[in-house]
Amino acid sequence: MFAGVAVGVIAAALQFWLVTPLLLEGELYETGARVHFSTDGSTQSEAGHPALFTEPMRDLMTVGFNMVAFTGFALFLAVGFALSERGGHMVTARKGLIWGMAGFIAVQLAPAIGLPPELPGTVAADVELRQIWWICTVLVTAVGLGLIAFGPTLAGVGGAVLIALPHLIGAPHLDTYFGVAAPELAAHFATASLGTSAATWVLLGLFTATLWVKFKDA
Amino acid sequence: MNKTKTATLNATHATDMSLVSILGAAALGLVLLFAAGFAQASVMHDTAHDQRHAMAFPCH
Repeated sequence: MFAGVAVGVIAAALQFWLVTPLLLEGELYETGARVHFSTDGSTQSEAGHPALFTEPMRDLMTVGFNMVAFTGFALFLAVGFALSERGGHMVTARKGLIWGMAGFIAVQLAPAIGLPPELPGTVAADVELRQIWWICTVLVTAVGLGLIAFGPTLAGVGGAVLIALPHLIGAPHLDTYFGVAAPELAAHFATASLGTSAATWVLLGLFTATLWVKFKDA
Repeated sequence: MNKTKTATLNATHATDMSLVSILGAAALGLVLLFAAGFAQASVMHDTAHDQRHAMAFPCH
């Protein structure tokens, strides 16, 4: 819990620094304040993002929901720790780093292969289909990684198959592209989103495992 | 003899308790993540919007 709240604050700080400026810039295209590929045939549009921290409530909510989400993830990590210790694999703070990396792979990287992090203004397939694919991908990737980490060799092979499965099925996509924002901006947004969540997940694993080792027997 | 039995009982009890708390933690985590990532009510959506985009939850 405490790990989740602490990491949520760090996540929000990283997001304000690296992600939110791109998000606000994307919204200029979403609302039509800026148009890329505009009618005069030019493929150029102005770069630069609006000022940060102009909407305190919105920023506060970002911090708040980061805490909620990362507390949720921390609880799942703790569940994983408990299960792994029941199986005789003791958790240490250093192993927490690995758990955090695995969490990043399962929850961010694997779904991003099929569904890239979306800049505002992106038009994509039906949100419910995407949510279903996203949840299934996270689940089977987590199970697959678990099998590779803790199972016998054969289970590891099964784990790899499980991880590949959602990508063989394929994520829901549209038949046409609708992009209204500059491609550079969308690409930067996707990499910034993955980068910040990678850092956050590793910290989450470290903090959760440190607290786990400290308070497990209390 | 009696001592062994008590110890076994305690161990079983402890195992059950930890299973319950494991399930409880998983359920609580699920509720938090649903609220943060998937609740579609527009108020929830607007307030969680930036965080959802940044974390790449499928959002809208």
